[in-house]
Amino acid sequence: MTKGIVDLNDVIVRFAGDSGDGMQLTGTQFTNTTALAGNDVSTLPDFPAEIRAPAGTTYGVSGFQLHFSSDDIQTPGDAPDVLVAMNPAALKTNLGELKTGGSIIINVDSFDSKNLRLADYESNPLEDDSLVGFNVVSVPLSKLTATALEDSGLSAKEIARCKNFFALGMMYWLYSRPFEPTLNWIKIKFKSSPEMAAANEKVLKAGYYFGENTELFTTRYQVAPAKLSPGIYRNISGNEALALGFVTASVKTGLPLFLGSYPITPASDILHELSKHKNFGVRTFQAEDEIAAVTAAIGASFSGALALTTTSGPGVALKTEAIGLAVMTELPLVIVDVQRGGPSTGLPTKTEQSDLLQAMYGRNGEAPVAIVAPATPAECFNMAIEASRIALKYMVPVMYLSDGYIANGSEPWKIPEPDNIPEMKPKFVAPKDESNNGHAGFDPYTRDENLSRPWALPGTPGLEHRLGGLEKANITGNVSYDPQNHEFMVRLRAQKVKNIEHDIPELKVTGDIDADLLVIGWGGTYGAITEAVNKARKSGSKVAQTHFRYLNPLPKNTEQVLKQYKKILCPELNLGQFAKIIKSEFSVDIIPFNKIQGLPFKSSEIEDKIEAILGGK
Amino acid sequence: MAEIDIKNGNGNGNKYTSKDFSSSQDVRWCPGCGDYSILAQMQRVSPDLNIKLENFVWVSGIGCAARFPYYMNTYGIHGIHGRAPAIATGIKVNKPELSVWVATGDGDLLSIGGNHFIHACRRNIDIKILLFNNRIYGLTKGQYSPTSEKGKKTKSTPFGSIDFPFNPLSLAIGAGATFIARSLDRDPKHLKEILKRAGEHKGTSFIEVYQNCNIFNDGAFEILTDKETKADNVLFLEHGKPMLFGKNNDKGIRLNGLTPEVVDISNGKYSINDLWIHNEFEKPNSAANILSHFTEMEGFPTPVGILRQESKSTYEEDFHEQLSNITKTKGEGDLRKLLFSGNMWEVAA
Repeated sequence: MTKGIVDLNDVIVRFAGDSGDGMQLTGTQFTNTTALAGNDVSTLPDFPAEIRAPAGTTYGVSGFQLHFSSDDIQTPGDAPDVLVAMNPAALKTNLGELKTGGSIIINVDSFDSKNLRLADYESNPLEDDSLVGFNVVSVPLSKLTATALEDSGLSAKEIARCKNFFALGMMYWLYSRPFEPTLNWIKIKFKSSPEMAAANEKVLKAGYYFGENTELFTTRYQVAPAKLSPGIYRNISGNEALALGFVTASVKTGLPLFLGSYPITPASDILHELSKHKNFGVRTFQAEDEIAAVTAAIGASFSGALALTTTSGPGVALKTEAIGLAVMTELPLVIVDVQRGGPSTGLPTKTEQSDLLQAMYGRNGEAPVAIVAPATPAECFNMAIEASRIALKYMVPVMYLSDGYIANGSEPWKIPEPDNIPEMKPKFVAPKDESNNGHAGFDPYTRDENLSRPWALPGTPGLEHRLGGLEKANITGNVSYDPQNHEFMVRLRAQKVKNIEHDIPELKVTGDIDADLLVIGWGGTYGAITEAVNKARKSGSKVAQTHFRYLNPLPKNTEQVLKQYKKILCPELNLGQFAKIIKSEFSVDIIPFNKIQGLPFKSSEIEDKIEAILGGK
Repeated sequence: MAEIDIKNGNGNGNKYTSKDFSSSQDVRWCPGCGDYSILAQMQRVSPDLNIKLENFVWVSGIGCAARFPYYMNTYGIHGIHGRAPAIATGIKVNKPELSVWVATGDGDLLSIGGNHFIHACRRNIDIKILLFNNRIYGLTKGQYSPTSEKGKKTKSTPFGSIDFPFNPLSLAIGAGATFIARSLDRDPKHLKEILKRAGEHKGTSFIEVYQNCNIFNDGAFEILTDKETKADNVLFLEHGKPMLFGKNNDKGIRLNGLTPEVVDISNGKYSINDLWIHNEFEKPNSAANILSHFTEMEGFPTPVGILRQESKSTYEEDFHEQLSNITKTKGEGDLRKLLFSGNMWEVAA
């Protein structure tokens, strides 16, 4: 049977199943294959904090949404066109998100009375009218997988675990994707278990050919490659890009990278990734706790490493006192906070932007740090280099605010030419010998033109000095309780951070520069805001947009930009933390737009808000 | 630097002196504090350790003892409360050629910093931890500490503390430290010797120094330091020697199975040949553990000296060995290869 191929520009697919069903793996494989086919992609993994929540329950559902397109896209999409639901709970929790008239591919074998009860369905949705209006494709996924593997010698449990590859194979057929990249991946992944490799390969192909032969599908689709700017691309998640960025910073600074870290969701993948790259001299230290992680990094910084600590909000809370020590000792340090829902343990696997005020003000005393925030998964790479540059040049701690959404989400990354990334080797103080005043004469708190103090490494003759958390006398660095000195030093540390504004890019305004409404955002909301502004403009509204990647200090032209607009809208995944900072700095009115659901913005939510503001004018 | 090498004793014997290790800062401990003695012995012993001045790093947390780095003319960090072992770990891992020392107190190391202490011992990272144990919080003006005896009346325990104290040596042994010793602030000769031995050890070295706080806990160790009572109450451990003590060397420790006993060797029942011979290298660590508990046992002398030492690979050695092995296997990191890896595709112009 030959089936027609329909061209599409843009597709949003969501895979959903039990947390043990391998949905993250399935989604990632589909993403990588799709990226390889040249589409622009953007992903949203969404999974519970429990590793294996009880099977069949709604709270155990793990989802993976991806958006792929022949156009340049900014977000994982609002409403899926296609939902692959591996069980009733997955259908129940995801149906509400699905586009009207969208398709649902269902593993019909899992719709038994037990699973229906676990998902709190009173009657089988496949048999009543609750799915009217959707295009439902019921596939006996479990049975077909079992049939494909009946001679494999695998146990029933092992066979059941292969069914996600059947679904993947079917989806590959449906969207005209090759299965070879996944076959290659299976070979490597299951190298030590040839039976499982053979089984997964067989099931993947079975799913593909099922798609071709079944009469359930009458058409298949294809999405042409996107017109991205020329270059070599790979698909990359934010955490992966961040890790590669710090390895690159290590190479470009000529300093060994030292990572002190304690495992925490959603930042642990950075520790995992960096631990692989020891042949770059990367020193990963899994500490006994968050405090040891940051203080060991401070020790490494004192002795000349590019020092990094990675965590999430609760970990930053524990590191707070130590970050103050880095402020006082003026040692370079990067603190990565992959933000998640809070307060307290909060929502470990869900995204939020609610650590901005913690990053900005969450320390005792006047303790300014620089703050940067990448806007997309791929941008996490460059921002790692930027954070390192600022920390080293200004001898200052830098807070790097990522979030669960961009950390786990992925997109195509145009791989930069390593030779085009500038070197940034720091200047260490040269040894002193008897001829230039010997051991007695080193002042660790003198200043250069950036107000930075010199970095003098233990092991260097003649520069012996003591740092510490007690207030330091200007120039000598000796302990000082002098009132005038304290005020001087507090102001100096603040000025040093403020001066960074001369060394970072100015804000760029996009869209209708002469509009009345400016939409501002920071960090991971960039994609949703950009898409919303684009859509609003397409439908005739005049809107301008600017996005902050540097939060402390703010870009030099911030006030000038803000004062050009009558209305400023600030969407944030918190209760208005950035709006608060902007209002207090510049006395401008901000219309806050806040979402605190552990989920990223949908572009339609922001678009509606824009329309409401403009309509109400 | 030619001068530095000569100074370090390579040739003409023109070594560092204790003055080279003395910083320009005025020492600000209370007059009569036991810390002065520890500082003096450390400055005296440092030139003998065959380590270049610039390679010493002193790290501390918070408390009276934590001011120590300011008074040593070496590199140093006065860190935050309890975290000195973790800061020291970062320094040592990043730059193993440095000789890293921690000055800490009973509150700093055993209360707020307990976690870092046990994990440093567990890893056997080559840092020297000097515990200034005065069994009181001094800098906060006199609250009971995790080594204060039960029933101790202090500002925060006016009716007596109900906490059992830590036994720091047992804790260090249990956590896996590979050099465990005790000394006394008022026995400078012994203290200097122990500091030297600690400096020569490779691995986590733990030295508990009984230190008198003459303001808030004066006389806590008097029975061990007073000329009249010292001999009957202190057991000087020496490797390979029988455990003998007392004014006339007439008392000793005998092991009855796993139970230690104090015996009199002057009345003919036991002789010196019946006494427990101290072995610093005893494996397993149960012998050292028994010794560490003497302080809690009625009628037993307080052991000072090296309870135990063990030669074992250190954390930073294994750390860097792994780095170099991986580099050998995988080849030195190539940035271009790293970035251009995985599933890639080209978008043509």
